[in-house]
Amino acid sequence: MTEFTPILSLIGGILIGLSAAGGFLLFGRVMGISGIIARTLNFDFGEVAWRPMFLLGLIGVPLILSLVAPSPHGFEAPTLPALLLGGFLVGYGSRMGSGCTSGHGICGMARLSKRSIVAVCVFMTTAFVTVFVTRHLLGGVL
Amino acid sequence: MSSVVALILGGIFGGGLYYAGMTNPQKILNFLDVAGAWDPSLVFVMGGGIPVAAIGYYLVTKRQAPVLFADIQIPTQGLIDRPLLLGSAIFGIGWGIAGMCPGPAFAAVLLEPQAIIGYLVALVLGSLAYERLHR
Repeated sequence: MTEFTPILSLIGGILIGLSAAGGFLLFGRVMGISGIIARTLNFDFGEVAWRPMFLLGLIGVPLILSLVAPSPHGFEAPTLPALLLGGFLVGYGSRMGSGCTSGHGICGMARLSKRSIVAVCVFMTTAFVTVFVTRHLLGGVL
Repeated sequence: MSSVVALILGGIFGGGLYYAGMTNPQKILNFLDVAGAWDPSLVFVMGGGIPVAAIGYYLVTKRQAPVLFADIQIPTQGLIDRPLLLGSAIFGIGWGIAGMCPGPAFAAVLLEPQAIIGYLVALVLGSLAYERLHR
């Protein structure tokens, strides 16, 4: 059970949008996390190594915020098998599909990219079905 | 200058995910669980993020080049191909299993390292596995 948090989630969404907007306007790049990770792993850091710097901010700032102004959302860890299986499929699928929730979901939708709209419809559908199967048909096996 | 901007953009992104609640995998899973204790918060994350991102995109399309870099590198091909469909389908299954996608996993890794490091290792392996098999 998690609480419905429309205002906090809207504020968080606007911040994510600001970052994506900054990526478009200042860098002319898509702030898609799976792409940034993949290129960083290939040592393609980009101009002024902006990709590792972006990841550093992404990793570091939530820690600082959790110390000075913690969010009320908490954290409930999934099981280890769910983390490992989910992580592998997310990594594989996001490379094959050229994007994830940030690159397709926020940046691509903002551009009204046909590919991204299709990608979001597909991954939302399989995610809804997966949760229905694991939680309701299999009774939370994962 | 640009590297400081990148650090700030990453920080804003991470702060947004953190306050939006996306760093709690249960919040994602509950969004995806329409038949259970549905938590529609993620709709508000998308609703806040997409229009603001669209303003940035609109502004850069009016320019010859982005403010800090020499050229615009934003994909323009609109081809709906098999890898896009299959890859997105696989991504969605993984997202529904773990309740986490790449951005929130990075944003939460220092907050909950014992849970998230395993996920990130698996994510990197999945990413490398695709590149090995297909490139």
